[in-house]
Amino acid sequence: MADVLLEGRDLTKHYPITKGLLQRIVGWVRAVDGISFTIERGKTLSLVGESGAGKTTTAKAVLLQEKLTSGTIFFEGKDLSHFSPSQLKTEYRPRLGSVQQNPWSSMDPRMKVRDIIAEPLVVNTKQTKQQIRSRVPELLEQVGLSAEHAENYPHEFSGGQRQRIAVARAMALNPSLVVLDEPVSALDVSIRAQIMNLLKDLQEQYNLSYLVIAHNLATVRYMSHTVAIMYLGQIMEYGEAEELFERPLHPYTKALISASLLTLPEDEDKGVKKIILSGEMPSPLNPPSGCRFHTRCTEAVPECGQTIPPLRDVGGGHKVACNKA
Amino acid sequence: MNKVLLRVEGLRTFFFTRKGVVKAVDGVSFYVREGETFGLVGESACGKTVTALSILRLLPEPAGQIVGGKIILDGTNLLELHKNEMRKYRGKVISMILQDPMTSLNPVYTVGDQIAESVRLHQGLHDEKVEEEVISALRLLKIPSPEVIMRDYPFQLSGGMRQRAVGAIAMSCHPRLLIADEPTTALDATIQAQYIALFKDIQKKTNVAIMFITHDFGVVANMCHRVGVMYAGKIIETATTREIFKAPKHPYTSALMNSVPRLDQKGERLYSIKGQPPSLRDLPPGCRFFPRCPVAEDICHQQEPSEVEISQGHFVSCWRVK
Repeated sequence: MADVLLEGRDLTKHYPITKGLLQRIVGWVRAVDGISFTIERGKTLSLVGESGAGKTTTAKAVLLQEKLTSGTIFFEGKDLSHFSPSQLKTEYRPRLGSVQQNPWSSMDPRMKVRDIIAEPLVVNTKQTKQQIRSRVPELLEQVGLSAEHAENYPHEFSGGQRQRIAVARAMALNPSLVVLDEPVSALDVSIRAQIMNLLKDLQEQYNLSYLVIAHNLATVRYMSHTVAIMYLGQIMEYGEAEELFERPLHPYTKALISASLLTLPEDEDKGVKKIILSGEMPSPLNPPSGCRFHTRCTEAVPECGQTIPPLRDVGGGHKVACNKA
Repeated sequence: MNKVLLRVEGLRTFFFTRKGVVKAVDGVSFYVREGETFGLVGESACGKTVTALSILRLLPEPAGQIVGGKIILDGTNLLELHKNEMRKYRGKVISMILQDPMTSLNPVYTVGDQIAESVRLHQGLHDEKVEEEVISALRLLKIPSPEVIMRDYPFQLSGGMRQRAVGAIAMSCHPRLLIADEPTTALDATIQAQYIALFKDIQKKTNVAIMFITHDFGVVANMCHRVGVMYAGKIIETATTREIFKAPKHPYTSALMNSVPRLDQKGERLYSIKGQPPSLRDLPPGCRFFPRCPVAEDICHQQEPSEVEISQGHFVSCWRVK
């Protein structure tokens, strides 16, 4: 039996659009529309999709930065909606860490690295200054920096080093789950590998769970155990990373993989063609009827515009929401 | 084979700052043929964009100065042109697409107005003719219902459409050389694939030479005919795309390729290049990649390697390659 750390069930987040002086609600942006997933202990779940797919909203819901419209989050089997605010503060939040995409905007430029890393400890624990002070060098060494770096300011570091500082801050409370929102996409190619390797090492060492948000499929394949492909607020395909990349079933997954594959000139000689989708992702304000992807799908049949395909299991936990697959 | 349109020889562009001289581009040579896409690949701050700005002579003066080399476009050395003559080239013979369409479009003018600006300036046409040209530029970029879109403001368009509008401005005067600086980096994967397919198509139709700046080898494989790999202000390897993927010769090129996860391979541990690129103010003696190079020898930190042609059109600057 898999050891589930966090489970999201039918998560939905709709943002109201208001108009006029009375703030009348004239519509809803369906950012996340009924998604379910599980994150196992020591494993990585990646949410993949293009901008507007609802990945970040989902992550924010897990971090309690957004209130869900409906749906439940279970943490270690316990329903979070039954937690009181003080329980959330002491029993849930300290178990989470978070690393943002851009290491240039995720840190206060006026704070020393020592204070940046210590902040979660100051806020969430009753440790003495002495205890906190001794923890900072440990954390820095964990992420491949040295203790002397504690006295510097963020601007004195390169992008890769800053992202290491951000990881150290996320690790400060010994979390069980770390939310990584595009952790390497702002970094240079040669630095990305360093950070991805670091994250994998930390995961192994501390049995961490990761919720990764990414749009780069190659990064996702390298980092993840489980993958959810999202489109317009819904999960199109869900499964183990290897299975999903080797045997993609949903036309959207296939198109994404095709767009991200390296096609060399000799592949083109052999007649390998990329799947080029027409058009763009429709607005989540007014999503298409039926399958949300049918307007761009290369394999759509008239039925797809009418019935919403359920996310069904095709064996071994590989789930797909498509009428045809 | 098509004739060479642009030839850059020994280009050196320095920035003179209070803290010292930044050697952003330090002896860069390459050429681009008509109807060909030449990729310039490298990490941030390796001098890709400064090379492009030097060709357009759009450096922030007086700090940025071209201190040496030649930029020859169809027999004319652009560096010898007077400012006013250069202005006739910019936007007409050579045009440029920047990374972020949100900052390269003016938010208070319609897309049509912004395309019309360069058409009016460079082609001296009258209003009706201008509109025809604007619509044909939008058509070339496969923008649906151009008559409607031309009256839209940038904020009314999606990211992909905005980048197409930028492309329409660049192509509106039928340039012979297009410099594209990371045009697909801000776009989503499926939109990126659309954009690249579109430009390959445009190149077939117009025979425009494209200089494509990117950090993404995936884009290179898909789009470019030949590639130059830049590191700390120098091109360290130039070859055809086929050759560079099959047999990269410079340790930096292969290290960079190995450090990128591949979607079609189940990777165990990624190779990572230790350290960071050197400061361009304070370059190491000898080979610039020496401090990070896994196969460096004694000579590498004493003397800078010169460029050797190891096979037809494949140039490498490395002591280990003979």
